[in-house]
Amino acid sequence: MQGFDFDVIQRSLVYLFRDGMTFTLTLTALAMTGGIVFGTLLAMMRLSSLRAVSMIGGAYVNLMRSVPLVLVIFWFFFLVPYIGGWVTGAARPIQVGAFLSALITFTMFEAAYYCEIMRAGIQSIPRGQVWSGYALGLNYWQTMASIVLPQAFRNMLPVLLTQTIILFQDTSLVYVISATDFLGAAAKVANRDYRLVEMYTFVAVVYFIISYSLSLLVKHLQDRIAIIR
Amino acid sequence: MNYNWHWKVLLEMEPGGTGSYLHYLVVGLGWTLVTALAAWAIALTLGALIGTLRTTSRRWVVRAGNLYVEIFRNVPLIVQMFLWFFVVPELLPASLGDWIKQMPPPWGSYLPAVMCLAIFTSVRVAEQVRAGINSLPRGQSMAGTAMGLTEFQTYRYVILPQSFRIILPPLTSEFMNIIKNSSVALTIGLLELTGRARAMQEFSFRVFEAFATATVIYLLTNLIVVLGMRALERRVRVPGLIGAQAVQAGH
Repeated sequence: MQGFDFDVIQRSLVYLFRDGMTFTLTLTALAMTGGIVFGTLLAMMRLSSLRAVSMIGGAYVNLMRSVPLVLVIFWFFFLVPYIGGWVTGAARPIQVGAFLSALITFTMFEAAYYCEIMRAGIQSIPRGQVWSGYALGLNYWQTMASIVLPQAFRNMLPVLLTQTIILFQDTSLVYVISATDFLGAAAKVANRDYRLVEMYTFVAVVYFIISYSLSLLVKHLQDRIAIIR
Repeated sequence: MNYNWHWKVLLEMEPGGTGSYLHYLVVGLGWTLVTALAAWAIALTLGALIGTLRTTSRRWVVRAGNLYVEIFRNVPLIVQMFLWFFVVPELLPASLGDWIKQMPPPWGSYLPAVMCLAIFTSVRVAEQVRAGINSLPRGQSMAGTAMGLTEFQTYRYVILPQSFRIILPPLTSEFMNIIKNSSVALTIGLLELTGRARAMQEFSFRVFEAFATATVIYLLTNLIVVLGMRALERRVRVPGLIGAQAVQAGH
């Protein structure tokens, strides 16, 4: 390993984690929350008995799942300023910044994947649960909120978390819009000091440690919350 | 706040002079497919091998297989792309590393991209193959042993033919994933479909025309793959099985 300078990692550690990792983790947490909420709504749309509603939900999910995430990131990076200008009535596209643009992208994109998980979760609930909800005099939203969704959520929790690990890894793609996430920060240091080998190896190791630990946690959780039938 | 659409831009000449922008994007689709198909061939072979080895009774082989899967599953694709492009040539013997670095474009990006996508996808194929094998009743391999087949023969004639037919649907979605994932190769300079859409946007300033055209091309590609694979699935379906697919996280 001659000619490699691993000091560069130590020198840039504060920048990498305080700026980069904070961006990555904030983006992951917010996009997960937004994605699960929007995804659950989409799942309810797809399972709706109203044909038009289920078709709109289905079309959205299929569209998102058919195009590469990189392309979706580009779309929203250019689209969000226009939509912002349209909403606020401004004459020119408004600047929104990489973080907000990435957050909207990942929320909209991951919702399609969370939707499919939640749909399977809802479908795994016996129909009698819904009927008993109606028999108790609850309406559709009450039945969903207090009977069906809590159970569906519990059944699907491991898969939802696994999807979140994938989301965590995918946030590194904001590199293509030059955002300073963990990878973006490392790339900036790597190019400035010309230490590509050291920095990218370090990035891979950090991502591995975090993702692998999370996946062990999910496995542990899966064993604990499994409902014995 | 209005966007002025200008679809005729697709017929204008791209700055490189190779043809219209539409032609430029379709050539990009060609690169997407050439990258994805080459990577898919390797991924399928490696994945089938590793997935099968992970179900055998040899402990060390299983552990090595698990290690391989965990490493390549827990590092983001774009980081792996950078490792193959920037790091691997430095770690190889100098002459081989230099040869890779000096390959004329686009081959200098194409080779690392294919390797990266192949290894990344092989892990997911391996998981599917393992799940397919484990979904078979234990009696199948026991019957093989009772017939006097060796472990290799049991796999070759009893286990694998059945499990591959079972896992064809999830493999279809992995194949579509590899097509989509090949877009990450634009970060190492491969001008595939998404990369060309971005380049077109930079040359012509027609942002949404470029991305909308690329989106439509991806949708059509998906449609063709889905229809083709459905036909294949119908032909090789194991009679008597329902063929339901378990939900799983992924892209």
